[in-house]
Formats: sequence, C-alpha cells, structure tokens
Amino acid sequence: MSYKEINWFRYASPQTFYPLAGKMIPWFWGLAAIFAVGGLSIGFLLAPTDAQQGEGYRIIFLHVPASWMSMFIYLVMAFWAAVGLAFNTRLSGMMASALAPTGALFAFLSLWTGALWGKPMWGTWWVWDARLTSELILLFLYIGFIALQAAIDDPRRADKAGAILALVGVVNIPIIYFSVKWWNTLHQGASVSLTKAPSMAALMLWGMLLCALACWMYSIAVALMRVRRIMLERERHTDWVRALLSEES
Amino acid sequence: MHWNSLAEFLAMGTHGLYVWGSVVVMALLMGAEPILVLQGRKKLIARLKRQYRAESSEGRQHSKVIAARSKD
Repeated sequence: MSYKEINWFRYASPQTFYPLAGKMIPWFWGLAAIFAVGGLSIGFLLAPTDAQQGEGYRIIFLHVPASWMSMFIYLVMAFWAAVGLAFNTRLSGMMASALAPTGALFAFLSLWTGALWGKPMWGTWWVWDARLTSELILLFLYIGFIALQAAIDDPRRADKAGAILALVGVVNIPIIYFSVKWWNTLHQGASVSLTKAPSMAALMLWGMLLCALACWMYSIAVALMRVRRIMLERERHTDWVRALLSEES
Repeated sequence: MHWNSLAEFLAMGTHGLYVWGSVVVMALLMGAEPILVLQGRKKLIARLKRQYRAESSEGRQHSKVIAARSKD
C-alpha cells in the first residue's frame, strides 16, 4: 500500500468534510445553471410540438426530472441511513437529514406539475391511480422522516429512528417505478428506459436529460449547504466549530 | 427557434396556464430552498457566537471568583 492513496475515511469526519463541501458548492451551482439554461432552452425554445399533446407536453421537462430526483434522493437518503446504522458514522446521519427536505420538495413538484399536466391531457387534476398514489406516499414518507427526526432531541437517536423509517419506506421506490407496468394506470409508461431506445424525438430527449442533470446538480448543491449547517449545529461543542466561528467574526 | 412570436410562446398552444403554472411554482420553490438554508445558517451562526461569548464571560467571572477566594 502506498501512502499516496487518498484516505477516503478522512472525509468521513465533519471537520475535514466541512471546508471541502464549502469549496464544492459553487461548482455545483455553476453546473446546475449551465445545465438548466441548456435544458430549458432546448425544451422550451427548440423542441418541436408533440403530435398528440400539442405544446402542453413541455411540462415533461420539469415533471420527469422532478419525479426522478424525488425517487433517487430517497434511495441516496436510505443508503446513508443504512451506512449510519451499520457503521455508526456521524456524517451519514447528517447526510440523510440534509437530503430529506430536498427530496420532499421534488416529490411535491412532481405531484404539482403532474396535476397541471393531467388536467389538460386526462381531464382531471388527480386520480387514485397506482403511480400517483405511490408518489403521494413518497411525499408522506419524506414528511414523516423530517417530522420524526424533529420530534427527537438527541441527534444520534433521531438518526437511528429516521434511518429505520427511511429503510422501511424504500420498498415504495420500486413500487412507484414499476407501478405503470404492474397495474393498469392512467399514467403513461416510461418514455426513457435503460433497456430500449427512447420513444421520443432526440431534441426532446436531450432537453429532458439536461434538465434532469440540472436538478441533480441543484440537489447536490443544496444538500451540501444544508449538511454544512447541520454539522455546525451538531458539532457546536467541539473545538473546530468554535475556532471556525471565532475566525469568521 | 420553434416560436414565431412572444405571444405564441406565452400561449403554449392552449396550455399556457398549465405549462407556466408548472414553471413558476417550480422556479419559486427551487429559488426559495437555498435562500431558506442560507438564512437558517446565518441565524445558527449568530446564535452560536452569542452562546460562545456568554460561556467565555461566565468562564472569566468564574476564574475571578476563584482568584478572589484564594486571596482570602
């Protein structure tokens, strides 16, 4: 083993991760802005009209990235929760807590943009269809996670309780994803999948993928900002936070 | 460019309300989230600084008391 290898465990300590995260945040904001400008200008200025749905289909450039992020953030949150339970690392619980509000935001936006898309296309804002209902449950899981953690004063116990909720709730993710296959739903099937060629025009696909990348970068930037705040709060009795804050004044 | 005029762009066929309703709400919420996080951070830092100052002045008073006692 050479000593030049990066010791990744070093970054598992809040004291070393805090300044690193601070340096990364502006880069993720920059990337988010670039991808958003690219994706939105392709989606809203260049992409052709949809043959069936007219111009209303353009909601796809918001709805699909928001829905993907709402599911993906939950998986990442559950991953950190599991790591925290297994290895009892301080940073993992903070990561899970930092992700939950952003996940809840995207779950809400997925439902909101979905309702605004459903009204002109299906004639209704809402149906108790498998896809829509399981996404609503996802929003409730996020809210439940946040509320449960807020109700427990001791952060380590709050992490554990939250982790168990996050891990039990992860069963909902494949249900959301496969709901359009398993049940007859009003919601359409996947437009993009890993196994077959996408069923949409190239410009539409590029617009959607760039918007999704923008949402990724946004989520990382906001989660890093939030995890830094959580670190300061939880580590407030340590010397490094004291030293850091006395430097700032 | 797909559009011939700004009016056409804003109308989005007949779906302007739905498309812009999605865009505006998503932009507002995604704009608000980082602002709220930053505000929370500022409040927290102010609170912690107050707390540290209070603790260190308590500490000074405590050591004065001990010094006064040791003189007696």
